[in-house]
Amino acid sequence: MKRILIIGATSAMAKGCARAMAEQGHSLFLCARKMAEIEELKHDLLARGAGSVSAMTLDINNLSRHKAVLETAYQELDGLDLVLLAHGTLPNQQQCEQNVDKTIEALQTNAVSSIAFLTRVANQFEQWGQGTIAAISSVAGDRGRQSNYVYGAAKNCLTTYLQGLRNRLDKAGVRVVTIKPGLVISPMTADFEKGPLWASADDVGRRMARVLLEGKQDVVYLPGFWRWIMMAICMIPETIFKRMSLG
Amino acid sequence: MARSRSRYQSWGRYPQSEQTAEVAWNATDIGAGIAKLRGEGYLPFGNGCSYGDSCLAASGQLLDFGSLDSLISFDPATGRLVARPGARLGDISRIAMATGWGLPVTPGTSRVTLGGAVANDVHGKNHLKEGSFGHHISGLQLLRSNGEVIECSPEENTDWLYHTIGGLGLTGTITKIELALKRTPGPWFDVEPTRMEQLADYFALEQETGNEWEHRVAWIDCLAPKNSLGRGWYIRARSIADQRPVPSRINIPAPALPFSPLNSLTLKLFNNTIFHLGYRRGNSYRQDYMRFFYPLDSVSGWNRLYGPAGFQQYQCVVPDGDAEDVIRELLSLIASAGQGSFLAVLKRFGSRHAAGALSFPREGYTLALDFPNRQGLSELFQKMDDCVQAAGGALYPAKDAHMSPDFFRMAYPAWEQHEAMRDPAINSCFWQRMMEDR
Repeated sequence: MKRILIIGATSAMAKGCARAMAEQGHSLFLCARKMAEIEELKHDLLARGAGSVSAMTLDINNLSRHKAVLETAYQELDGLDLVLLAHGTLPNQQQCEQNVDKTIEALQTNAVSSIAFLTRVANQFEQWGQGTIAAISSVAGDRGRQSNYVYGAAKNCLTTYLQGLRNRLDKAGVRVVTIKPGLVISPMTADFEKGPLWASADDVGRRMARVLLEGKQDVVYLPGFWRWIMMAICMIPETIFKRMSLG
Repeated sequence: MARSRSRYQSWGRYPQSEQTAEVAWNATDIGAGIAKLRGEGYLPFGNGCSYGDSCLAASGQLLDFGSLDSLISFDPATGRLVARPGARLGDISRIAMATGWGLPVTPGTSRVTLGGAVANDVHGKNHLKEGSFGHHISGLQLLRSNGEVIECSPEENTDWLYHTIGGLGLTGTITKIELALKRTPGPWFDVEPTRMEQLADYFALEQETGNEWEHRVAWIDCLAPKNSLGRGWYIRARSIADQRPVPSRINIPAPALPFSPLNSLTLKLFNNTIFHLGYRRGNSYRQDYMRFFYPLDSVSGWNRLYGPAGFQQYQCVVPDGDAEDVIRELLSLIASAGQGSFLAVLKRFGSRHAAGALSFPREGYTLALDFPNRQGLSELFQKMDDCVQAAGGALYPAKDAHMSPDFFRMAYPAWEQHEAMRDPAINSCFWQRMMEDR
């Protein structure tokens, strides 16, 4: 049975992923900001058959707590096989354009905090010579668009970091997985008009669990058709792309 | 809590009504959601599996609890499961099955939420043995819009339990449900199909079938020629001790077409094929619970096949006595109107006392059919209603978009008490319709 740490565990996608993992009997350590939501999820996972579930609150932007969280998770789980970073915010692009603090905050939450956390995890896993590191990036990081390039820049930063980390840790036997969800129905996207390309968070989460526990992929688009959509979007020459307005 | 911009409609996509929703993502959101909605009124909404207008809010404002789908506890020793109302029956069955438990009663789709199953007191193919869904509910937590929390069970606040089971979501917002699961020997069924040449065959088979066959249902070819009225297949099944894992199944999404591919010609062809070649030509077979209980779930959004006009389902129950004559009469009305569907299902209800004040299941036989929305349907429904009403039968609110208030109040005499217990901030389009011209 795998010993799994999830940051941002109460996010809709992470919840789906944690459920699939719990149903297979794995042990989980959950971190999120709100205790009431963590408790609800903890009971859910135990009822689904998780080996064990423990949890603590964490604001990932409080970098000074990262070390303690990792140590506690290691102790509670009696080891660590998989770390999944699933936290994130979707900043309002217009607000970011007008307010430097908002932009910095978005980069902080979606990129800097993850990089800080993973720096510690990477060194630990490299030393052990095993483990899986996974983080939820986004298709938004594949190409900057006027509608959400601050979020996109943060996710691109994370994607590039993971790419380098993968290159470094491969020889140590550590797997690094970049997960790039497309449009997912969740509280984060509640304000969006939904269409046929939208996937449910539970479904994406369950697919993610399958990739992490059974797959071998390095970079995964969820659902898979986004790979082809993003490939097409990335092929558009910049001189044309700069005049376009994609959602 | 967030206002959702998804489109909300019922499964039949008729009647159309502008609906918006506040989505409760977490249990801690419910209070805030109700506070926001209670001024103008609302209706709790699960997954929109009701066919007509019983899942649409009179105010046009829904409280979407479909994401409130956590389990709270599950004891594999006793089979006692506590969960939030948005938990899907499919999810529950899968988890239960892993430890040798199953749903005691299940409707024909696994997409139904636990809250929806309670609010409509849904039934399955085993009413004779297990009654309806509400018979297996051992506790509920109800949140009234004034903030009052009512814990109800067969021991306390029994009136609230009795009016919330089958209560169409009107007594308050259900926030917690306790369900008693049932021991099951495994996820597989032995299924035995028998071809019926006419309606009388169904009643004969139903009489001769012993208790060991827990699940029974008949598929009727309602487009059959007049001289073989009621022909179809009688399917009986029993759970067996076969522990092999259930193979995963492929989900085919139904296309959203601007027209309906289901017309009298294609339906006739379909029904004919099923009658002559379907159900493995009468040979017994083994089937997993997913395929047995939820055959249509593998075509997601099959309701869209009826095209933009949507469809209506007609489900009635008629008392035991002259059921055969009444059902023959209904089938001939349908046949002579030239309307009909690929889903015509006939089942039997046992004599168990109803679990809820407004429960649909009552002793007798229940016939369910889909009709594409088209001209002449209301005339046909009127004739069928007259026939069912004269026989002392009832229509199923969860499927309804046409029933007359008079018929409803006659078939559901507890309506007056129910109206008195309704949460003043909650109302559905269905209920508003039924309470007209009082």
